[in-house]
Amino acid sequence: MVLCLSAVCLVCSAVLGVAYAVTAEPIAQAQVAKTNASIAKVLPPFEGDAVPGSVKLGDVEYDYYKVEGTGYAVISAANGFSGPVTVMVGIDCSGIIHNTEVLSQSETPGLGAKCQTDENFINQFKGWDPASKTLAVRKDGGDVDAITASTITSRAYALAVSNAVEVYRTIVADEGGQDNE
Amino acid sequence: MSKLSLITKGFVKDNPTFSLVLGMCPTLATTTSAMNGLEMGLATMFVLILSNIVISLVAPVVPDKVRIPVYIVIIATFVTVLQLLMQAYVPAVYETLGLFIPLIVVNCIVLGRAEAFANKNSVVDSALDGLGIGIGFTMSLTVIGIVREILGSGSVFGWKFIAGDGILAFVMAPGAFLVLGYLMVLFNKFLAKK
Amino acid sequence: MGEYLLIIISAIFVNNILLAQFLGICPFLGVSNKLSTAAGMSGAVCFVITLATVVTYLLNSYVLAPFGLEFLQTISFILVIAALVQMVEIVLKKVSPSLYQALGIFLPLITTNCAVLGVAITVVTKEFAFGGTASHLLNLGEATVYALATSLGYGLAMCLFAGLREHLALNDVPKAFRGLPIALITVSIMAMAFLGFSGMV
Repeated sequence: MVLCLSAVCLVCSAVLGVAYAVTAEPIAQAQVAKTNASIAKVLPPFEGDAVPGSVKLGDVEYDYYKVEGTGYAVISAANGFSGPVTVMVGIDCSGIIHNTEVLSQSETPGLGAKCQTDENFINQFKGWDPASKTLAVRKDGGDVDAITASTITSRAYALAVSNAVEVYRTIVADEGGQDNE
Repeated sequence: MSKLSLITKGFVKDNPTFSLVLGMCPTLATTTSAMNGLEMGLATMFVLILSNIVISLVAPVVPDKVRIPVYIVIIATFVTVLQLLMQAYVPAVYETLGLFIPLIVVNCIVLGRAEAFANKNSVVDSALDGLGIGIGFTMSLTVIGIVREILGSGSVFGWKFIAGDGILAFVMAPGAFLVLGYLMVLFNKFLAKK
Repeated sequence: MGEYLLIIISAIFVNNILLAQFLGICPFLGVSNKLSTAAGMSGAVCFVITLATVVTYLLNSYVLAPFGLEFLQTISFILVIAALVQMVEIVLKKVSPSLYQALGIFLPLITTNCAVLGVAITVVTKEFAFGGTASHLLNLGEATVYALATSLGYGLAMCLFAGLREHLALNDVPKAFRGLPIALITVSIMAMAFLGFSGMV
């Protein structure tokens, strides 16, 4: 009885070990491919590589990808309705937002989850100039049109984008400082 | 029982959702759209067929007392393999279905078929049974998904034919229970022969 | 302290495990015919979910995570839960026969209750954000409170529904609606009522 159970467990662990070894590479590749696809989507077409980096702003560590001569893709998250809404924000060299993309969210299907599909909502961030328009929903005195019935998600999205702009400014300021040295 | 009827019995007579009423959690949770329902059904079918095959192979040598733990280990192994494969090749689908992929382990359909069919039938019959029940489950989930997507977002498989937002409640939790309840009424009325 | 309160309210009402997350539906529909059985089942589930979450949380953070074996979560968690249920059954039988009489028959059913595995996996993989705090994985204390509150939410929905169903049984329902269909439609209305809690946290 014990023998049988251990034998089954042994065989199953062997199967799992093999499956893990075989899929480890494709899983890593799939993640890289996903990140690259997101970078390509949020930044203007570019050649060359996106160089990863990270910067600390307050207590939070932000990851970003730098594309020389094109801009930065910053990953930033804010609390939505039922968890974090993680957004990648592409900002070109002149500080204008090129595009944004949701990397992960767990908002209510049909309501907050529309931050991934609602084109009217997503497209308003394209070409957004943070210098002239405020990144907050209209209810809070900003210029972002919220998704109907999903103010909390929209607020989180706007906050995430606005944090990404802050991160961008910090990076640019840091690099500017280095150049002068 | 003929080979063909082994497959087709899962469609209506032993339909896991409407007739046996098993595996309600993924049925309700993942059917927010037709595509999600279809994908969940296929994922469950994968585990169902493989675990049925392996369990029918090992059943004769497994002592009765440790039967259930052995079955659970086998099912959990296939679920983990499925998780790894999905992460590697269809990461987007894996993300949408989320928690409900690992939860196939405790889906009563899989263990139920192992207990009720696979442990006393041949390998081929068990595989066909898994295929039939799997197709039945996939069909049910897709139908529920289609109804909820039409009412909730005015589209089918992402193809939008009604402008506007649809009735939100159908995409959310109450709609899941309501659609399943009414589809079960229709099933009882027209399909179930008693 | 405030955060714990938010976790409790959110887990019981806003994200009710049965009515919003769809976990543990099978036993919910199966044993909710009578209020007394529903209460017994809720008690057993409450006990097992909290215990299983603590054990699997420790297993994950001290065994699986340090060795990079997170992909074994599903299989190891379900084994731990199955073993735990067996142990609870044996211990309960010896220590408190009266409690065993009340909960005993439900225990074997709990291994395949997806609420147990669901909560165990959720607390180690999902990032939570309560109130103004930054989103983070739960620590052990929060995970325990979350598990306890979630299972209380399970009990609440279960008992409310069993009460409704007892009354439903006395009514004249069209033939095709009898049994599960009318139960599902009732749950739907309950879920709609629970939607009213959203926005509270």
